[in-house]
Amino acid sequence: MSSTFDQVASIIAETCDIPRDTITPDSHAIDDLGIDSLDFLDIAFAIDKAFGIKLPLEKWTQEVNDGKATTEQYFVLKNLCARIDELVAAKSTGT
Amino acid sequence: MQLEYFQLVDRILDLNLEEKAIRVEAQVPQTNTIFEGHFPGHPLMPGVLLIESMAQTSGWLLLGVLKFERMPILAAVKEAKVRGSVFPGELLTIEASLAHEGSGYAMTEAKIRVDGKLRANAALTFTLIPFPNADIRGHMDAVAKRVGFPQQALLS
Repeated sequence: MSSTFDQVASIIAETCDIPRDTITPDSHAIDDLGIDSLDFLDIAFAIDKAFGIKLPLEKWTQEVNDGKATTEQYFVLKNLCARIDELVAAKSTGT
Repeated sequence: MQLEYFQLVDRILDLNLEEKAIRVEAQVPQTNTIFEGHFPGHPLMPGVLLIESMAQTSGWLLLGVLKFERMPILAAVKEAKVRGSVFPGELLTIEASLAHEGSGYAMTEAKIRVDGKLRANAALTFTLIPFPNADIRGHMDAVAKRVGFPQQALLS
């Protein structure tokens, strides 16, 4: 988890020019860090590449729009990192 | 090119969905009102239209990769470089390749060559949206026919 967070925080800091020390596991990418949807594409791209996964952004967005999920579930960084870990685990087990 | 209709790609020369790459041809017109202002006495193809031509080339690639199920919309232009002027009457060969297909977005890299020499290149980001309505989808089918989109590529 910490390793995933460190990587994600570094990606966000570099991609969006946000000071690394302001990014915490409890930071909300949109509400706290001010990352908009277009900038988030660059972050998703870097995460996809770094972890060898495909963040299901469309599915997440749809769930939020449909009221089936909150943005916190996907865009608070500790939660985002947990999703990444799940996707990496699913990939390694082929599920 | 039909600059008045913003159709900058004339013909698809090759669409390779396995390698996720495309090559198209685009003939810059000899005369156009654009050249009267850009620039008087020294007509040049505007750099933004070169970028748009790379975007449209990438768009055809993405339509093929996505089998016309999504519509690519240009969202970001990165690392765009106009390395040499493009003049009226020149024939462009434009290549694009898929750099990354994400969830709801894609990134491409594109190049424009004239007589084999690189004139411009760019890294582009697209959002991939559902076709807004059947009319636009129908319009794209008609344009696809005009530019020689290889329909058989969609069957593979």
